[in-house]
Amino acid sequence: MNVRELFKFTGGVKPASHKAESNQAAIAVAPLSPVLTVPLRQNAGLASRPLVQAGDKVLKGQIIAGPGGSISVAIHAPTSGTVRGIETHPIPHPSGLLSPCVVIEADGEDRWIEHSAVDPYSLPVDELRMRLRDAGVVGLGGAAFPSFVKTQHSPTQDIETLILNGAECEPFITCDDLLMRTKPDEILDGAAILAHIAGAKRIVVGIEDNKPEAVSAMSTAAAKRSGLPIEVIAVPTRYPAGGEKQLIRVLTGIEIPFGKLGPDYGVQCFNVGTACATARALLSGEPMISRLVTVTGNVERPGNFEVRIGTPISDLLKLAEPKADTDRTLMGGPMMGFALPTLDAPLVKATNCILAGSKAMFPPPGPEMPCIRCGSCARACPMDLQPFEMFWFSRAKILGKAQEYHLFDCIECGCCTYVCPSRIPLVDYFRFAKSEIRAREKENEAADAARLRYEFRLEREEREKQEKAAKLAAKAAETKAKLAAAGDADEKKALIAAAMARTQEPKAEEKPSAE
Amino acid sequence: MPSSSPFLRQPASVQLVMLKVLAALLPGIAIYINFFGWAVVVQIAIASVTALLAEALMLTIRKKPVRPFLADGSALVTAWLVALTVPPIAPWWLTMLAVLIAIVIAKHLYGGLGQNPFNPAMVAFCSMIVAYPQLMSQWPAVGFTDFAAQIQAIFGQRHLDAIVMATPLDALRTALHTPEARATVSGVLGSHATFGNIGGKGWEWIALGYLIGGLWLIQQRVITWHVPAAFLGTLCLASLLANLANPDQYAGPVFHMLTGGAMLGAFFIATDPVSGSTTPRGKLIFAAGLALLTWIIRVFGAYPDGIAFATLLMNICVPLIDMHTQPAVFGHKGKAGKEPQR
Repeated sequence: MNVRELFKFTGGVKPASHKAESNQAAIAVAPLSPVLTVPLRQNAGLASRPLVQAGDKVLKGQIIAGPGGSISVAIHAPTSGTVRGIETHPIPHPSGLLSPCVVIEADGEDRWIEHSAVDPYSLPVDELRMRLRDAGVVGLGGAAFPSFVKTQHSPTQDIETLILNGAECEPFITCDDLLMRTKPDEILDGAAILAHIAGAKRIVVGIEDNKPEAVSAMSTAAAKRSGLPIEVIAVPTRYPAGGEKQLIRVLTGIEIPFGKLGPDYGVQCFNVGTACATARALLSGEPMISRLVTVTGNVERPGNFEVRIGTPISDLLKLAEPKADTDRTLMGGPMMGFALPTLDAPLVKATNCILAGSKAMFPPPGPEMPCIRCGSCARACPMDLQPFEMFWFSRAKILGKAQEYHLFDCIECGCCTYVCPSRIPLVDYFRFAKSEIRAREKENEAADAARLRYEFRLEREEREKQEKAAKLAAKAAETKAKLAAAGDADEKKALIAAAMARTQEPKAEEKPSAE
Repeated sequence: MPSSSPFLRQPASVQLVMLKVLAALLPGIAIYINFFGWAVVVQIAIASVTALLAEALMLTIRKKPVRPFLADGSALVTAWLVALTVPPIAPWWLTMLAVLIAIVIAKHLYGGLGQNPFNPAMVAFCSMIVAYPQLMSQWPAVGFTDFAAQIQAIFGQRHLDAIVMATPLDALRTALHTPEARATVSGVLGSHATFGNIGGKGWEWIALGYLIGGLWLIQQRVITWHVPAAFLGTLCLASLLANLANPDQYAGPVFHMLTGGAMLGAFFIATDPVSGSTTPRGKLIFAAGLALLTWIIRVFGAYPDGIAFATLLMNICVPLIDMHTQPAVFGHKGKAGKEPQR
């Protein structure tokens, strides 16, 4: 199957995969919760703009919020019912952030709005992109970046390869695995459309080799298709092989530096779930109102669920029956996910996994020790960074130096923290340093703007002064000339008297006001 | 409990790293005991107890948690390295003093674990050899394992002049540095009782013990191959070239690699991560420089071995080496933008 030469990325780690727990059961459809809370801020970029108000009846799939800017998408009602209102509600965020959400009371009928399929190949590419925006399609790999933005390229970017990311390298998560096993044709339909929009000449699917069923399902589906050449490649299992830059490196040998994107090098990468959602949006006309979510970890019945966006995470977790000693719930995997401060938060488009954890599963690391510069972190870093140097400068708040050591190339994959024998939470230091630098930059920008304004004012005042002086000088010269031209003393006297009168005038006016 | 990702941690600890280093020293120590007797163990015991007491004292003074740091094993590694580099019949107070210098001055006064710019064991060795050159170069004859006599030498007042000898490296250097002796390498090696056929009787076997332990450390990923390879390679090359140019005056690579502290230095001293270079290229430069300086001090210097001084000299260069050998990060290797290969 693998005829292509694969490349390696340096570093990476091999934690126990824990995939078998959740990838055995068939996909279950989560029941409809009575109240769905759909956050307006779900995608990377700008939040969506609400188009409904309290009391509005909505149908399943109806647009309830429109794109709030150029990097934003529409949001849809996940079921039919009544809008209770636009309320602030906790959303899935490490800080327990409150954010406006459209709250919908389901009527239980789950009635679809009228929707229809299109033939994507008969429509102009820009039209397809707008349809993806209006169908709310965002990347389902975790970042939730609007897909229609990703497919817009500058004329200099010539896309050669469309990469489908089915690596799913995080331990515990199996939603992409199940999706590839059950809907390979739909995924490839979507991939073909995305390739068509991007103008790609071939499609390469990268799947970690610990998912043989997914590899074979995708290969079989690919073999049946005509059209663009599709290669399904099993890549070595090593976290973070599913990182976009790592997967591109493994499949094509191209290393995309910080600040550049795939299209600059002729590659465009989409998650398999995103491809599936694309196919659904265009070939069935169904917007993104649900997604596949793995619920696993410290639960009795781990598995994958098709869940409506807006479903309370507590409802979803209950389906998998968390064990009694569950002491935290993560969104995402154990390497890059975060602990949910509250289970009231609803499921969003970026939720690929709900992971119940316990003390036994994630034992507290021992006490933090000083760095002994052993270099384990540098050997584990998939971005070839020197985390211990970055740590040194981040801790000392010598942020310029930390940046010189390429702090912003860090993808926060967690490999360094995972291997550190001194149990230093390295990634935390890097997150802190990054946010500190961003805050300082913002401050500097504000200060710069203030300084510019001030300088501009000084300049303007100086200019006005000079203009005034010039005017006065011109006037004086004129008067002088007149005086010189005036022949006799009477005329001169008259001029002087006039001038005197002019200077007196304002004083005369001032007097009453001074009293 | 970690509150942010990653929530998974590899079961690794500083303690485990240090314990592996100690374990890796065991084959060399066993052979050392075989040739020089149980005095070796006595020295290790003196050094270990002193190191732990000094560590606890310094941690208390510095208001640091005592137990986790005492348990990390780093003080024991320093202690063992000191014990293995002083003569087995060195008086007890010399070993203690050496360990105190290593732990108190070279380690804690610079900020403790992870902060010392110089290798503590080598600071101790250099201080001792400058302060007590006589005591530091008196080794028992190989095979002299009379424990009672050794104990008397360590704890008694009497020096065992009768059983004391120089190390092979020291003896060769002294002979070659004495012009009237008109000694040649082959002459000295062939005649002197200290010398076996290769690196000095017994010494070559001890070196092999350290080699085995060191290779195991590489296999365990406690150290990387860079430092030992560059160290031994450079030492081999320098001695080979000199030996080819003048075999009478310069001993060959086999002797240099298997005598003195070469193997201990290559796998256990130059590999100290705290005071050594950290980048892959930096490690190569660091170890090559260390080996070259070692060879120069051995051949032209006035001390029995050159590793300790060479280590300190190279420790000074580490920030400079690291700064100029930073590896290219992902996407900045000149490969970016390359046409995809088909």
